[in-house]
Amino acid sequence: MIEVVDLCKDFGDIRVLDGINMRIENGEQVAIIGPSGSGKSTLLRCLNLLERPTSGQVIVDGIDITDPKTNINLIRRRMGMVFQSFNLFPHLSVKNNITLAPLQLKLATKAEAEERAAELLRRVGLLDKINEFPQRLSGGQQQRVAIARSLAMRPEVMLFDEPTSALDPEMIREVLDVIRDLAAEGMTMAIVTHEMYFARDVASRVIFLDQGQIAEEGPPEQVFKNPQGERTKAFLAQVLIN
Amino acid sequence: MWDSLELRRRQRRRSLYRWLLSMPAVLPLLFFTGENVAALNTIFVGQSAEQSGGIAEEFYRNFIEGGRYMWLLDGLLLTLFMSAMAALIGMIIGLILSVIRVSYRAGVRIPILNALAGAYIAVIRGTPVMVQLLIIYFSIFGNLTDIPPVLVAGLAFGINSGGYMAEIFRAGIESIGVGQTEAGRSLGLSYGQTMRRIILPQAIRNVLPTMFNEFITLLKETSVAGFIAVDDLTRAGNNIRSKTWSNQPLYAVALIYLVLVLGLTRLLSVLEKRMRRSDRRATGTD
Ligand SMILES: Nc1ncnc2c1ncn2[C@@H]1O[C@H](COP(=O)(O)OP(=O)(O)OP(=O)(O)O)[C@@H](O)[C@H]1O
Ligand SMILES: [Mg+2]
Repeated sequence: MIEVVDLCKDFGDIRVLDGINMRIENGEQVAIIGPSGSGKSTLLRCLNLLERPTSGQVIVDGIDITDPKTNINLIRRRMGMVFQSFNLFPHLSVKNNITLAPLQLKLATKAEAEERAAELLRRVGLLDKINEFPQRLSGGQQQRVAIARSLAMRPEVMLFDEPTSALDPEMIREVLDVIRDLAAEGMTMAIVTHEMYFARDVASRVIFLDQGQIAEEGPPEQVFKNPQGERTKAFLAQVLIN
Repeated sequence: MWDSLELRRRQRRRSLYRWLLSMPAVLPLLFFTGENVAALNTIFVGQSAEQSGGIAEEFYRNFIEGGRYMWLLDGLLLTLFMSAMAALIGMIIGLILSVIRVSYRAGVRIPILNALAGAYIAVIRGTPVMVQLLIIYFSIFGNLTDIPPVLVAGLAFGINSGGYMAEIFRAGIESIGVGQTEAGRSLGLSYGQTMRRIILPQAIRNVLPTMFNEFITLLKETSVAGFIAVDDLTRAGNNIRSKTWSNQPLYAVALIYLVLVLGLTRLLSVLEKRMRRSDRRATGTD
């Protein structure tokens, strides 16, 4: 369970997140939507402290991770993150991309880690690419490997930052299907996305972020079919036309 | 201990001969026995072949008599040894300095180390290598006279090279996108683990050609080691010159450096081509 309390984030003079309060319960799938520049990525990155909040707290299972005394590395092991630009390690094979962290952190033996890598790759439909290098994979394949890499740490929460925005249209589906499966298995996740239909189908709750504030939130049926705020209406009208 | 070094030196010398013999690039040495040298001698030395008793005879006096070609080969060996030692030390120092500097900028701050690293790089890059060599030999190692000068020289050039390698590595590390660090950290790896397993392997590969160039520069720079009594290639040539009063050995020395540098440059371009090819293979565009 992640709890965000009065979270603010400034970049220089600009307040990018302005008093965010939210909770992500175990087993929830939260979609974060909103216009470009509204602070979605920043919010997500504050959840695993890739971005350090200017003020406020992020509490993971009762531990305030913004407390300098908290060992953030231990928290991050339990929170997978998937980036828009995949960020696979180009100098490592697919297998080594997936086994690097578990082995480096001594969470598994080599045999265990490799077995798990194979199992995860089978799950994302890429077992045949296990010895390939990332550059030889399509964007969609790379993103699926990136998801497998995160899952290798057996995270309790997954954070997705626009996982399909860098993909050609024909590859979006294969990545969304993997995420959908994860959601169906009950994985807790926060996903920043511009795929409104996907958010509607997969999310148990939708958060609409605007100018660094949560302008509206609720179950997808409510937010998409019957938005309350004017800004939400305007945003949805714009993105759903496209 | 020095006996074993001597032994190794001899072994290396033997394999070096084989290497030299197999190198067609050495053929230009014949150049020195031909008409050309007579002309060169006249031009550069103002001494005609007749006066000095014939080119072949001069060549004999310089290189064959008293086995003086061995001086050059021994010198070459020392030059290569110093360069290799310096390159190794330079790489280690450079790597450490660059990681300190980059980490500081990334917010992993040890102010004293960072200041020391900054000062080191400034001093090394801001003073002539020759001066550094003299200071290290006479001042820092001044009382430790039983250490062979070639080791002091290797260390001095390594310390020098470290300052330059630091900047090479720093550029290499900074060329790796921040997404790589974020991916590593988001998996729970520490800053150090991310650096070691993700950033440095990519950075080092990216700067291999630059590092290789630095080695070539180093090879030439070691030619001032003679000032601290290392009989390196340059000084060996000069030693022969002072015995025979002929300038031929200096040309021979120049030629050996040239062959080495051209050979290494050639090797570098092969290496770069191969790296590019493997990059292309990796991206599947070939
Ligand atoms: N490292 C940074 N330094 C300075 N400003 C930043 C930084 N990161 C983000 N910003 C600014 O913060 C604001 C919010 O950025 P953020 O990336 O969170 O938006 P977003 O909602 O994810 O947008 P998008 O949909 O385009 O990804 C933007 O105005 C952006 O320019
Ligand atoms: Mg974003």
